Order: sequence, then C-alpha cells, then structure tokens
Amino acid sequence: MALKILTEHINVPGIKTLEVYRQYGGYRSVEKAVKTMSPDDVVEEVKKSGLRGRGGAGFPTGMKWSFIDKKSGNPRYLVCNADESEPGTFKDRYLMSNNPHALVEGMITSSYALGANLSYIYVRGELLYVIRILQKAIDEAYAAGYLGKNILGSGYDLDLHVHPGGGAYICGEETALIESLEGKRGNPRNKPPFPAVKGLYQNPTVVNNVETIAAVPWIVNNTGDEYAKIGIGRSTGTKLISACGHLQKQGIYEIELGVPVEEFIYSDEYCGGIRKGHELKAVVAGGSSVPILPAHLILKTANGENRLMTYESLADGGFATGTMLGSGGFIAMDETTCIVRNTWNFARFYSHESCGQCSPCREGTGWMEKVLYRIEHGQGREHDIDLLVDVAKKIEGNTICPLGDAAAWPVAAAIRHFRHEFEWHIRQPQEATQPGAVYREQVLV
Amino acid sequence: MSGYHHTTTTENLPTEHLNPVFTSENMAEVQVILKRYPEGKQKSAVLPILHIAQKQWGWLSSPVMDYVATMMDILPIEVYEVATFYTMFHTNPVGNYVLEVCRTGPCCLLGAEQVIDRIKERYNIHEGETSADGMFTIKPVECLAACGFAPVMQIREQYFEHLSVENIDALLDQLAATDPKTIGYVGNMPVDVK
Ligand SMILES: Cc1cc2nc3c(=O)[nH]c(=O)nc-3n(C[C@H](O)[C@H](O)[C@H](O)COP(=O)(O)O)c2cc1C
Ligand code: FES
Repeated sequence: MALKILTEHINVPGIKTLEVYRQYGGYRSVEKAVKTMSPDDVVEEVKKSGLRGRGGAGFPTGMKWSFIDKKSGNPRYLVCNADESEPGTFKDRYLMSNNPHALVEGMITSSYALGANLSYIYVRGELLYVIRILQKAIDEAYAAGYLGKNILGSGYDLDLHVHPGGGAYICGEETALIESLEGKRGNPRNKPPFPAVKGLYQNPTVVNNVETIAAVPWIVNNTGDEYAKIGIGRSTGTKLISACGHLQKQGIYEIELGVPVEEFIYSDEYCGGIRKGHELKAVVAGGSSVPILPAHLILKTANGENRLMTYESLADGGFATGTMLGSGGFIAMDETTCIVRNTWNFARFYSHESCGQCSPCREGTGWMEKVLYRIEHGQGREHDIDLLVDVAKKIEGNTICPLGDAAAWPVAAAIRHFRHEFEWHIRQPQEATQPGAVYREQVLV
Repeated sequence: MSGYHHTTTTENLPTEHLNPVFTSENMAEVQVILKRYPEGKQKSAVLPILHIAQKQWGWLSSPVMDYVATMMDILPIEVYEVATFYTMFHTNPVGNYVLEVCRTGPCCLLGAEQVIDRIKERYNIHEGETSADGMFTIKPVECLAACGFAPVMQIREQYFEHLSVENIDALLDQLAATDPKTIGYVGNMPVDVK
C-alpha cells in the first residue's frame, strides 16, 4: 500500500470526534509547534518540505508564507480556500466531511506559523452539511483548549470560524474569495498588491487550499526533510486525486506524487481501468481548466516517456502536447464521449461563472459558448474553428484574474487535439446531430 | 414561470414576506454569526445571514432583503447586489423543493442531461420554472464538487447522488409524498439514490 498522509485514518470509526482523532495522534503538531517551535521554525519546515499549493496553481507554500507582511504590525489572517468548484474536483469535500479535525489542526498550526490570531475557512455555500461538521470539530477544539485564548498555555491566541459562500465558482480565486468574505460580490482584485500585503480587510493575508493546510501537521510532526523524500523532484509529498468520468472505480485517491498515469488509471489500487467494454479516449487531468489530452498523450509524453502524476511530467511538452496537474480533478472519457459537446459544456460553465468585470472574459466566454453551441447543434460555419481559436487567444492573459485563461485553454486544447471532430460537426451536421453520435476515426495530434 | 420580478413592489407577496422578522431561533444564530467578524466588519456576515433568511422564507423577496439590510445597518443595494450575484439565492418565488441538478461536464458524461430532461418532461416545465402543483422547481446548476458520484442533485442542504433516468421518478414520487419541511434542512449527509 502506498503511503497515506492525509487519509491514513479517514476510515477509522469516530475519527470525526476529537477524542478518536487524538487517539490516532491528532493535534500533536499543535503541541509541538506552540510549545517547542517559533513561528518562523514552522515556516522553515514547510519551506524544506517542498509542499506546493494543492488548489491548482502549485505555488510553493513555504515561500508564499514567507511573503506575508509581518513588519507593518497589522493583524494577519489565514483564510482556507474550501470553495472547491473546479469541475472534476471533489477532494476537499471528502477530506472535510470525513476528517474535519485534520483541517482544523492544520489551520491552527499554520495560523501559528503566520502569526494570525483570526482565521477563516471559506467553504462553498452548497456544502452547508460540511460546514456543520466543521463547526462541530471547531467547537470541540475550543473546548479542548486548542483554540481560543492562550492555546495550551503558550500565550498564543487564535479564533477560527467557518464562512459559507453563496454559489459562485469565481470565489475560488483568492482575491474574489477575500471580497466575498468581506460581504461583497466575488469580483477579483487587481494584483499587486498581493494578499500577503493587502488581503482581507486590507491586512496581510494568506489564502491556502484545504489539502495544502491539511498536509502541514504531518510536516511539523515528521519534519520537512522527511516530507521532501516523498514524491519525485519538485513534486514532493502526496496528492489527493478525485477521479471521475468513465472509470471502473471513481473516487478520491491519495497518491504519492510520481505514480505513472497508466498505473493510476488501470491498476486495481486506483481507478481499475475504464468502464467495462469501453476504452480510454481522452483525459482532463487537473480540473476542467487544464488542457484536455487524447489517450496516447496522457499515457506517454510526446517523447515516448511514461507520463507520471507530477507537476512536471504532466506539463511536459507545454500546451502543445502536455497539460497540468492542477487541482487533481481527473476526468476520464471513453470513446462514447463527444469532445465538441463536452467543450461546449465547459464553455457554458465559464460563461456562466465569469464575474463580468473584464470585457474580454465577459464577452469572450459568452461568444465561445454561442459558437460552440451552434457547432454542436449542426449550425456551425467553416470559419468557426478559427474564430474560436482567435477569441480564446484574445481572452488569454487579458483579464484581471485567471478565469479568462481557464476558459480559453480547454477550448484551444480541444481544437488542437480533436480538430477533426469539430470539422465533422460543421461539415456533416446531419450525422453529427443524431442522438449519441460521436466522431469515431483515429484522432490526429 | 412565476410572474414576480425583482422590484420593490409588495403586490402579490405571501403575507410572511410583509414586515418580515427573524424567528427568535434564527435571530440567535444571526447574533452568533455577527460576532465572528472584527469590529466594524459586520458586512462580512451578509452571506451567512442570507442563507438563514432563505431558510426561513424560502426565497429572498425585496422586503426580506430590505429587512436584512436594516438589521445589518447596510444599504439595501449592498444586499441586492450580493443576493443576485450568488446562484444559491432565489430572488423569485420557488416551489417547495428546488431541484438543483448539476449540468456540468463530468455529470453529463454519466447522464445528467437525461435526468434534467426527464424532470422537465415529467412536470412539463422549462429550466427555472415550477411544477403546476407548486411542488418542484427545476434549476440546473454548475458542478457541486461531487463529480465522482454523478449525476448529482442538491435540495437545500442535502445531496442526492447517482441519479439516473431509471431512479429519478421514484425519488420524485417519494419527495412529493414527504413533508417538504423535513427534507434537506438540517445538514443531512448525502444520499446514494442507486
Ligand atoms: C477561477 C479560479 C477558481 C479557483 N478555484 C479554487 C478553488 O475552488 N479552490 C482552491 O483551493 N483554489 C482555487 N483557485 C486557486 C486560488 O486562487 C489560489 O491559488 C489557491 O487557493 C491558493 O492556495 P494553495 O497555494 O494552497 O493552492 C482558483 C483560481 C481561479 C483563478
Ligand atoms: S460535474 Fe456534477 S458534481 Fe461535478
């Protein structure tokens, strides 16, 4: 069995209670940190661990923490990003609902490292049942002296609250999340200033994903050096992968970074292969925003090397032949999948979720959605494919936040790898619009 | 489709929306929430408070939003702009159950579109509309972070997973026969419909 850090005890009966969680070693990192380490010591361990943000961007966590402005003397905040809305991603929900204390413990130890005395967990509003589970865990942690004033006699104070969103993908973007937490619409802010300098209430703030924060206790308990031994190269540690689509066994898997993609899809330890009688056609490996790859390019790089589940290997080949690890939302599609329909679906998603403040994104996502709709519904025009590529290019890099890029990439990648399917829809609309019709020929790269 | 659009008129509003006041239980929860934010930053509480308001009134009419604004000492527009930005809030009347069925890619790979079509056909309604008996509103939504249990639907706080055209009718029959006040209000764990 592979090493488990985040999910080792997740199936233990009663692990949601503080009592059982502690029996399995829970809250040791809080004791160790507040009693024997300085905040900077904790930051140092996280730096050494090589831990990278698990929300999608993969930014080194220790480095992000070292940017927080400690000089101004203004209050500092840690905000946990539990907005989990990237299609294909459902790992944070699993971790929070089945092992809530793991997040609470991580929040305390991480807040201590940052010198935050008030921290929030921003959970997407749809997960109200998860919010209640977290609240119960927080209440227990207060009662046991892990939260509140003078934690474990150390002189360190911390208040921790859960905050519900209201249903908006954009609030997963960290500055939109901060706006939302301030009680406003989720319009992302211009950067700089970065949240580390001016974040929540214009004070220094760190925003981290649930899974990132939940990895911190293990690092504090076992040292950053030990964590860095897991994985390959700059992809250290373990990662939760939420696997969905046409797989035998969909679900949430904790992998050591470096597992070959082929093993992840086909071995019984993980997804157990594609559903019976079908074969793999394409994969979106890191949430809907990352480029889709045809089967042969997700299993092997363009150079013929085995593709691994690491930040670097998945990105090998750039956007021409590679993709990204992203959030770990792994969507597998078999030969029954119409790439045009799926691309239209994702384009509709981004159009629906654009906050609307930047014209290239607001107008461009709607435009791509309409063009894809007409192609999918048999009314495509010959120049529509080039039009889509052009619109995608004009959104990319021209918006305040990366939602524009996230909307452009899936369209550009689908056309790059599956152009024939789009052409087939445009040239043979009658065939293509039959219910369940799917382009079946060899896909060209 | 309901005839009510978001205006300041109180015409045709159900009586509980006129001069709205939180129940004492809800008010107690609101007071706890307000204390979670630093002094002077109480506006932060608008989303959690709107969730409580929607729980009490079912949807957010102008008088309800105005009441929340007054109570929080912020402008009504600050509540409207938030309520209309976030998709969970209903600013028009809805049925007893709002069927929030996920329509995003991964759920569609496993039949979400057929489930949505079946619901629309069963009640002869379009997206956003309510069945003639006032029981069900169909509201397709985007990814609910449950893609591995697709297709998925949410009713208030409750998730229903592994829906299909084969099991959706039985589920709707069962819901229609249940007191709506008992479904999805108390943080229930997800239900596997399969
Ligand atoms: C449109 C958009 C949506 C995002 N959604 C999420 C999300 O749901 N959860 C998340 O952790 N990060 C999300 N992010 C990334 C955050 O902006 C941010 O990078 C992350 O929370 C930082 O935490 P990490 O370094 O621990 O990953 C999103 C980014 C964008 C641009
Ligand atoms: S796509 Fe339906 S829950 Fe994610």
